[in-house]
Amino acid sequence: MNATDKRYPEKPDQVYFFGTCLVDLFYPRAGVAGIRLLEREGITVHFPQNQTCCGQPAYTSGYHDQARQVATVQLDLFPEPWPIVVPSGSCGGMLRHHYPALFSGTAHEEKARDIAGRTWELTEFLLHVCGARYTDQGPPVTVALHTSCSARREMAIGDAGRRLLAQLGNVTVVEQDREEECCGFGGTFAVRHPEISAAMVSDKVDSIVAAGAEQFASTDCGCLMNIAGHAEKTGKPLAGEHLAGFLWDRVRGADRDGTS
Amino acid sequence: MSATQTPVQAFHRRVHDAIHDARIRANFRSAMDGLMSKRRTAFADWDLERLRELGAAIRQRALTRLPDLLEELERNCQANGIRVHWAETDEEACHIILDICRAHDARQVIKGKSMVSEEMELNHFLQQHGIQALESDLGEYIVQLAGETPSHIIMPAIHKNTGEISELMHEKTGTEPSRDVDYLTAAARSQLRERFMQADVGISGVNFAVAETGTLCLVENEGNGRLTTTVPPVHIAVTGIEKVVERLEDVAPLLSLLTRSATGQHITTYFNMISGPRRDGELDGPQEVHLVLVDSGRSGIYQDDELLETLRCIRCGACMNHCPVYTRVGGHAYGTTYPGPIGKILMPHLLGLEATSELPSASTLCGACGDVCPVKIPIPRLLVRLRREAVEGDGQHPGMVAGHGVKRRRWEVAIWRLWSWLHARPGLYRAGIAAATRFRWLQPRRLGAWTRYRTAPRLAPRSLHALMKARASGGNPR
Repeated sequence: MNATDKRYPEKPDQVYFFGTCLVDLFYPRAGVAGIRLLEREGITVHFPQNQTCCGQPAYTSGYHDQARQVATVQLDLFPEPWPIVVPSGSCGGMLRHHYPALFSGTAHEEKARDIAGRTWELTEFLLHVCGARYTDQGPPVTVALHTSCSARREMAIGDAGRRLLAQLGNVTVVEQDREEECCGFGGTFAVRHPEISAAMVSDKVDSIVAAGAEQFASTDCGCLMNIAGHAEKTGKPLAGEHLAGFLWDRVRGADRDGTS
Repeated sequence: MSATQTPVQAFHRRVHDAIHDARIRANFRSAMDGLMSKRRTAFADWDLERLRELGAAIRQRALTRLPDLLEELERNCQANGIRVHWAETDEEACHIILDICRAHDARQVIKGKSMVSEEMELNHFLQQHGIQALESDLGEYIVQLAGETPSHIIMPAIHKNTGEISELMHEKTGTEPSRDVDYLTAAARSQLRERFMQADVGISGVNFAVAETGTLCLVENEGNGRLTTTVPPVHIAVTGIEKVVERLEDVAPLLSLLTRSATGQHITTYFNMISGPRRDGELDGPQEVHLVLVDSGRSGIYQDDELLETLRCIRCGACMNHCPVYTRVGGHAYGTTYPGPIGKILMPHLLGLEATSELPSASTLCGACGDVCPVKIPIPRLLVRLRREAVEGDGQHPGMVAGHGVKRRRWEVAIWRLWSWLHARPGLYRAGIAAATRFRWLQPRRLGAWTRYRTAPRLAPRSLHALMKARASGGNPR
């Protein structure tokens, strides 16, 4: 399935924002930026304070009872029929594609299916549901885009990120070799198989740098901390940030709402 | 592998060696890049998605009716004059083949490519019983010369470059060193040609066994398969029980998917449909044809609908060609007959999880394999399932796969229990992250394996929860 085959909802007045635990602890600015980008489209964003983690770390490690325990709490966060927007293809994929399986045959099955059906990745939501239009307020810059495997394959967001970036007049987006190849993060994979992971992320950093970018934007924080962390560790000239933060910084000057 | 190493340690050792072998890395990278680009071209003007749906449906239909179809296959093969043998284990299969060879006083066997025979370690077994088996597929021939095992299921010698092959052939067969691929191929060809003529028995694999007609289909490019199955007086085809398909018309779409996914070819140079021994009045073909159907752990998968999907595989190798892990470590690092993504989900069934527990974890779940699989095996989902099998099996969740629960460690269970306890209590979670962000200077700079290759991500001064709470009460979120 690709992005154009998907049926996106009409643009809503209100949405839920599921921030994800990595954003919460390490990249809250990206979360705020995502929320501002949605508000910029005239949408009221609700951030349920009881959200914790989608449960994916335990799920992919094989501990499904523990994953279900954590996921059950998230099922109660979204009582209204509003879309749920997630600034991560990976956590979005967990809600959208794995919750139905995780709760299959349980009392929560229907709720899990309902939530799965209205979960969207942030950039696809901005592009396809909101029809976001951006005017670039930033100085000229060259960036690479890293679309996570889960955003690309599981959430099938297609080229949503690239199309949003393409609206920014002063931003040159370079294409790196083997752009579709995994960066080697894979959650616990990075620590269970550190050498394979390192070989993968090293190649990823090299291909982005070789493409002529000194910074990159990522749709997922896992990849971001992997790629940027490796570049920093090895002294390679590559900085990274979440795509939401990057977009917000480029367009916020036009809005001047004064709060950030 | 030293005797003291556990399977897990041995796996990590092989991975370490492969990752640091520049030649292995370069050979696989360039070969896999080439194969990926060929596949893309081969499917360029096809409705690939529909064809994959069809392929998946055909294979699933066959598996759903597997016991019936196998009986039908046996009946129709027998009607065609093919003798059918059943082997529950690799060992039984080896003995069946040995008995057939002995009945014909065979000394020399010529082999076409067969991964099942690799599973059985057939060459080694026959050798021990005084029978020489020579591989005739060029890649297999090279691997046999080197005393190695295949590193890829359709390109067994892909781990070697031309220079290495030239050196090997020079050393083992006296061929003049050369970087000319055509010259090396011609040299191997002339060495093999003689052996086809001398062979007492030819052994091949099977790509599709058609139940409806009792036909054995063999896909190949070198003509060695045709020679193996027609020149020697006896032909033994050996295959896993899952290779059966229901109808002759099922073959065409599967063949299209197989060749395009594997090598980017629209069709292979040779496609053999074997429907029995030489008949009266025919000038060539073997006098006897045998089919050995090997179970070797496969029927164990049959009891579970999810795991069963593993057996849809048509052995095209596209999953390994597109796998970022396989591309880095190569086929031998897996230490199993089938490497790459399909190996990770198949080998635990064939060998049990004690020997293979590390395989399902050695994946980022990037999904590239599942995306290209021509029969839509949900490989990432099955990897997660096997991870679960490896840590569950505590009585509450009886495992399905042999060796289930082998990776269950008390401390790891305790960590996940603590993790879920914290994350299932929003108030406690918020207090926890508030403390973590407040005392962020206490964050350790080293985080085990993570910081060996990366810096640690830095805790933010305030969490998103805190920022949003402040904002809701009228504060500034920044």
